[in-house]
Amino acid sequence: MSLFNIFNVAGSGMSAQGQRLNAVASNIANADSSTSSTGQVYKAKEVVFEAVPMGPQQGTGVQVQQVVEDQSPPKMVYDPKNPQADAKGYVAMPNVNVVEEMVNMISASRSYETNVDTMNAAKTMLLKTLTLGQ
Amino acid sequence: MVGKLDDALRFQQTALSLRAQRQELLASNIANADTPNYKARDIDFSTALKNALANSGEPSAARLTTSAPAHLAGGNPNTLPDGTPVLYRNATQGNVDGNTVDADVERNQFTDNALRYEAGLTLIGAQIKNLLAAVQG
Repeated sequence: MSLFNIFNVAGSGMSAQGQRLNAVASNIANADSSTSSTGQVYKAKEVVFEAVPMGPQQGTGVQVQQVVEDQSPPKMVYDPKNPQADAKGYVAMPNVNVVEEMVNMISASRSYETNVDTMNAAKTMLLKTLTLGQ
Repeated sequence: MVGKLDDALRFQQTALSLRAQRQELLASNIANADTPNYKARDIDFSTALKNALANSGEPSAARLTTSAPAHLAGGNPNTLPDGTPVLYRNATQGNVDGNTVDADVERNQFTDNALRYEAGLTLIGAQIKNLLAAVQG
């Protein structure tokens, strides 16, 4: 039954967008962390989506294929009083672009909402089907 | 008698089942709105309905049993079970990442398809009421 598979497809979309939102939250929270648990400066993280076949027919869901780190160089901030400053007085700050992250956050939450709408529409259709002949 | 009932409801039943399959395709497009290199897909409904009605008397093609989500279904991913081709939507403004999903178009089609599905349900309901009236006299 194709309509039931919509729950799986939309659910995979919601879960993937949730993970994207998680990465955005982590980036924004660490926008000013000059060091991380690895001892290196925090690098912006981003999820990569991948389409995955779902169900017996043409249903295609989404999953997170990998989480990549932004390899651009860290922002160097002159702050000689900071204990993490190098010999020239510069501190390496994360390469997180907060504006980019906000855009990503809005996009992820919109896509999440659209998937919720999809699921609700499928639910309404199934419920109406159940009342057939009454 | 049962065969005649079946015949009476076959058209609407086939149409509904196709609407449900199209809904699944559109839901997949919406879920993959942010997936790089994903191409939006859809079916031509009138072709699909013609095919489905022409094949409705025959049993559908044999399918392999799948016991895990990673198993291949064995069917052709580019056609519906009745052989209707699943087409790719023409991109009006393609994305840089190779994705051709236009969220507005998909949502539009999704709502349209859902409404037509419900219209089909109403029609079948009315048909059943008619048949009941004929049976009960």
